[in-house]
Amino acid sequence: MITGQLIVGVSIAVAASLLGVFAILKRMSLVGDALSHVALPGIALALFFKINPFVGALAILLLAVIGIWFLEYRSQLSVDTIVGVFFTASLALGALFIPEFELLEALFGDISQVSNFDVILSVIFSLFLIIVLIAVHKKLALHMVSQEMAYSAGVRPKTLEFIYLMLFALGVALGIRFVGALLMGALIIIPAAAAKNVAKSLQGFMVLSSLFGAVSAVSGIYLAQIFHSAPGPIFILAGSVIFIISLGWRILVKR
Amino acid sequence: MENPILKVSNLTVAFGKEIVIDNLDFEIQKGDVLAVIGPNGAGKTTLFKALLGMIPYRGTVAWAAGVRIGYVPQRMEIETDVPLTVYEFLALRQSAGFSREKAEEAVASVLLPKEILNSGLGSVSVGQRQRILIAWALLGKPSVLLFDEPTADIDIRGQESIYQLLHHLQDKYNFTVILISHDLNIVYKYAEQVLCLNRQKICFGPPAEVLSPEQMQHLYGGEHAFYHHLGQHGHQH
Repeated sequence: MITGQLIVGVSIAVAASLLGVFAILKRMSLVGDALSHVALPGIALALFFKINPFVGALAILLLAVIGIWFLEYRSQLSVDTIVGVFFTASLALGALFIPEFELLEALFGDISQVSNFDVILSVIFSLFLIIVLIAVHKKLALHMVSQEMAYSAGVRPKTLEFIYLMLFALGVALGIRFVGALLMGALIIIPAAAAKNVAKSLQGFMVLSSLFGAVSAVSGIYLAQIFHSAPGPIFILAGSVIFIISLGWRILVKR
Repeated sequence: MENPILKVSNLTVAFGKEIVIDNLDFEIQKGDVLAVIGPNGAGKTTLFKALLGMIPYRGTVAWAAGVRIGYVPQRMEIETDVPLTVYEFLALRQSAGFSREKAEEAVASVLLPKEILNSGLGSVSVGQRQRILIAWALLGKPSVLLFDEPTADIDIRGQESIYQLLHHLQDKYNFTVILISHDLNIVYKYAEQVLCLNRQKICFGPPAEVLSPEQMQHLYGGEHAFYHHLGQHGHQH
């Protein structure tokens, strides 16, 4: 059912691409990568207890995010360091415990068999993510360009970072289904990185990133149909092609 | 004497075991300009963060009731190609009743053309960006402006005109200013009070009274550049 796949793919891609805009503004492009690895033990547990892998991934991601948030304020380490050190271990753990025949899917994703329930779940959670992100985007952007100025304007960083990390966890849990744990970071970053090459304004950055994400998702799903392969990797390749074009634009037009 | 707009008592800030500000007391009256001077690493920017309530401290920082603080940081860590226009940046302030007209007024009040609203925040010159930061703070209708002077990025003439602008804005909006400065000439010209800070309070009072060569020696540990400045100042007047 390709309509279902398209709905799932596009809604998840748009949500992830919007997250990417703020990951790039905050210069934490790799957090998505590492967080997606955390999802693996969650998927393993979900498979073991025979519950929906999305639920397993989301539960463990939310736990991880609370841990990151807590550690960041307690230890004064940067998010990148915390995530890099503690959570790549999760990949190893997940790889050990996920049954071999499920491992490929967990690592590279597969939405060729989406149920109606999956479609509804993805759309609701993606919409929720997009709406919350748009609601806080000004505060987030301000916090990311200058924490002190944000603070003087009444933005409280702890709450805001918590909301952002929670949304990140939700985005990663959603995207794991589509592109898998290994490529999840790319789903978040590539459309936003391409949009940054072209955009001059924050609004343009957000719109273009969503658009590039959606175009990559649609082409990934159609091409996967034609070549009988998993859509995740093709999605990432399509995004990379857009990125290369945007790089040409940046060099030739923007400067 | 009326109530001070800010009264700081026994302020101590420590990062781990290192004490950055040690038992600091001072106060400032409404409408005054207080300059904070001191060598690098003396705790000046840390003092600002404590005044903003961003970092934990011991002691008290008591602002008068209803004070709104505008903050102009030393610099912003942004990339030159950050996709954020000046207009959008001003909009991030989310000040009440913000509109295109308000944004145009804000940049006009810091003597920038309104066309700059469509430029990228990362692509304007350092001097222009500082004016934009001031405009940003003005949007919050501050009763106190905390101004952290950039160290090396701006040429001296540009810096002088920034202070003329601040002086002019202060007359217009009647706010109190606390500024961190590295230039004693600026301190003499624009500040009613000066706080010499080097972890502890070294001196406090009107610049002409408290900035003696001995105090400077104490504050900067014999940094000759400042004697030179002081000497020049003496010749001018």
